[in-house]
Amino acid sequence: MGEEMEIGCARPTGGPVGESVETDEKKVDKKIKEGPKMIKVGQKAPDFNAPAYQKGKFISIKLSEYLGKWVALCFYPGDFTFV
Amino acid sequence: MSIDSIFVHKMWDDKELSKMVTGGIPFPMLSDAGGKVGTVYGIYDEVAGVETRGRFIIDPEGVVQGFEVLTPPVGRNVQESIRQIQAFQLVRDSKGTQATPSGWQPGKPTLKPGPDLVGKVWEVWKPDMAF
Repeated sequence: MGEEMEIGCARPTGGPVGESVETDEKKVDKKIKEGPKMIKVGQKAPDFNAPAYQKGKFISIKLSEYLGKWVALCFYPGDFTFV
Repeated sequence: MSIDSIFVHKMWDDKELSKMVTGGIPFPMLSDAGGKVGTVYGIYDEVAGVETRGRFIIDPEGVVQGFEVLTPPVGRNVQESIRQIQAFQLVRDSKGTQATPSGWQPGKPTLKPGPDLVGKVWEVWKPDMAF
């Protein structure tokens, strides 16, 4: 039977249970040790492509298409996550 | 941008956001499956599998002028983001001859950095102007 979960502002996720395969564990360790690299102010924003939804349409967005404009790029934990 | 699919973005806009904002969200809601873009920007939380609340101001040359990252439970101050963009726009329009002191708002005095201002900021800027 599923137990009721406490719901916070982060998107609820799960993961594998029990001992993980050794090679997989090494991979994860390495990734975490390297850590996320923060980009720097005064440097070029990394370009990207991303699918998007805007006013009833599914579109493709490329950051570099916004050259010549000011851009506020906002990330957030997930749709329907309260804040 | 979040790790949700564009289909979920549509449902969120249809079912909830359009009830807060007339006509729904006007700007593109971007999808970043797997957090690939968020990882490059340094705000993807691999353990939780979500993007943290990162906000980047990018100028017309594509250069990052500022960013802010919050953990999920605290929301952004949109007015502060707009103020920062206005300040960066003023500095850019002045070709770097002006700077905006702490607490600057549009219409308030700027600073003109140069030899005459060294040691004299106290004459033109007071701490109560920060608030």
